[in-house]
Order: sequence, then C-alpha cells, then structure tokens
Amino acid sequence: MSQEEKLKEFERKIESGEKIEPKDWMPENYRKQLIRMMSQHAHSEIVGMLPEGNWITRAPSLRRKLGLLAKVQDEAGHGLYLYSATETLGVDRSELIENLHNGKAKYSSIFNYPTLTWADIGLIGWLVDGAAIINQTMLAKSSYGPYSRALIRICKEENFHKKQGYEIVSKLAGGTKKQKEMVQEAFNRWWWPTLMMFGPPDKDSPNSAELMKWKVKLNSNDDLRQRFVNLTVPQAIAVDLKVPDPDLKYNEETGNWEFGEINWEEFWNVVKGNGPLNKERLKVRNDAHDRGAWVREAAEAYASKHSSLN
Amino acid sequence: MKDSQHKLWEVFVQAKTGAPHEHAGSVHAADSEIALQNARDVFSRRNEAVSLWVVPSDQIVASTPEDEGPFFDPANDKIYRHPKFYSVPKGVRM
Repeated sequence: MSQEEKLKEFERKIESGEKIEPKDWMPENYRKQLIRMMSQHAHSEIVGMLPEGNWITRAPSLRRKLGLLAKVQDEAGHGLYLYSATETLGVDRSELIENLHNGKAKYSSIFNYPTLTWADIGLIGWLVDGAAIINQTMLAKSSYGPYSRALIRICKEENFHKKQGYEIVSKLAGGTKKQKEMVQEAFNRWWWPTLMMFGPPDKDSPNSAELMKWKVKLNSNDDLRQRFVNLTVPQAIAVDLKVPDPDLKYNEETGNWEFGEINWEEFWNVVKGNGPLNKERLKVRNDAHDRGAWVREAAEAYASKHSSLN
Repeated sequence: MKDSQHKLWEVFVQAKTGAPHEHAGSVHAADSEIALQNARDVFSRRNEAVSLWVVPSDQIVASTPEDEGPFFDPANDKIYRHPKFYSVPKGVRM
C-alpha cells in the first residue's frame, strides 16, 4: 500500500469509529500528538499525588485518612495505566519519566497551586477530579484503543474521588462558622484554576483542530468547560457556597451558566513554569525518584542473581 | 548510570471463574514475583480479579496488521463452516 492509501485507510477507520491499535499504520503526527498528550496525562496523575499526599498525615479523622490514602493510591495506578498505554506507541518509559523530571514535559498546571488547608483536599476531589472526569469521559471514546481502554478503567474509579471530595466540602460548608469560611476561601482559590484545566479557549488552542479531526478529542475545550460549569454551579448552590464570579448568571434560553472572563495571562504564566509551586513539585518528584534508586537497583540485582541460579 | 525501569510485562486479568483471562495493560518489574504484585496493585484494587497472569512482553508473538488480509483470508471463502450454509426440511426445528 502506498502512503496515500494507508492514510486513506486510517481516515476511513477514524471516520467509521473503529479504534486504532498500536501496530496499525498511523500518521507520524497522530503518534506524536498522542505521545505528548498521553504522557502529559500520565505525568499529571503522578504529580497530582503531591498536593494531596501532603495531607495524608494530617487528615482530621480515620475515615478521611482512609479515603485520601485510597484516592492517592488510585492516582498512582492511573499514572501507570497511562504510561503503559503511551508505551504502546513505541516510546520508552524511562524517556517519558526523564522528560518529566528535567522539566521538558508538561503536566496539568492545576497541581502547581498549593493545598493550604484541609478544605483544599475537598476542593481538589470535587472540582479538580470533577473537571478531570468530564475531560476523561470524552477521552474514553478516543480513537486510540489503548488510551480509550485506560480511560474507561480510570473513569470507573474516578467517581469515588469526586464524591469523597464533595463530602468533605459539604460537611465543612454545613459546619461551624470557621469551617464554612475555610471552605469558601478554598473554593475562591480553586474555582478559576479549575476552569483553566480545560485548556485555552478554542481559538487559541494550537493542537485542538488536529486532535479533533483524528477523534483523539471529541469535544472542544470551551464545550467541556461549559459542561463543567453547568454541572458544578448547582452543586455549589446546594451546599450554600458562593461561586467567586460576579458575572455568573443563568441563561434561561440556552440552559447554560454563563461565566466571567478567565485570566489567561495567569494560565500561560503557570504553564511556562512560573506558578506558585512549579519548582517545588519537580524537586519533590525528583527527590522521591532518587531516593528510590537503591530499591530499583536491589530489585534488579535480586532478579539477576535469581535467574543465574536457575 | 541510566535509571532502570525494569522489564515490561503484559497483564491478563480473569474477572471471575469461568471467564477468560483478558489483557488489561502492562507493568514494569524486575522479576515475575514483583510483576505479579505490581499487577495486583495496579489492576485489582477493587477485587477486579480472581486470577492474574503476567507474561514478559517480549515473549508474546503477535500477528501484524499487514497480515490482516493474507493471514486471515483463508477463512473468508469457507461459508460452509457456518450453520447458514445448510438447509433443513421446512417445519423442522433445530
């Protein structure tokens, strides 16, 4: 088959909703875009453990501690599913991890914001995981088989994350005056960065058109963002929290909650590495990796000694 | 020294007895024992498995998509392998 025929066959598959599998022919850019996107996704799961991991030892009760531990463990698992899926594209895992550690690869900017109070843990589960679910539910229908399969698994587990977060939020919101203030203050800090998680507006999203053409993504950033706002505002109202947006209003005609201007300057600034915690997150990740070096070496040594005995 | 991520293993999960083992993904591990433990931690945190297989990825022999035509087409013209090929007298229930 000529290149042209191969491309035609590839596009026919995409068009008819068939999945692309690792050994199938694919345009170089499809492979490249997937490696970029899937490894970023994997890195986000791994770095995403840091802001929450901070609070495991300070969880206010055993129930909360169990929930948070299980959630953070899931994030590690999700990172591993996604690294595996990325590796099916012929890229080496050590290379992916190296790119995270040397700052070449990106991860979701949301994790460069600090978790200042216990309420932040509730907000991360409710908002950050809530936003991730919307994004990932779409990606579970993605055209690349291994990515789609990993996300179906992830989505199944993610609902618990959001619910445990919302439970924390609702308990604090219905608690003492001080607790209520704490959760409102955390909400004020997390709301806007969460809206930025869906990425730049469609008109400024350089990769979107190609990703949508190849059905890696099925909805635009702005569509997903609106879906999230529509879903989340009523949840905020239900626990009597005030959305920190003076321009927020319900449009009877469209059924949409219309929101104010997002500060994209802040978004790009954090993406470029100048967020509150970019450097700290990478340092902690690198330190943890380095501290584990002896474990990896010992495992290798044990394995080779063992196999030479057989 | 370049950091080792260990060998790659493919993981197959049996959800319940009677069901086939299905491919779930892969893990990295230095040996089979750790591979099995990692597979449990990654693919069965909520009792998704009653049995797990781990297989070194480089030991799997697979057909390639280019084979799709010539490799599988001997089956194409053998409609007599299907019940629809055969007729039975009217009114007989099979």
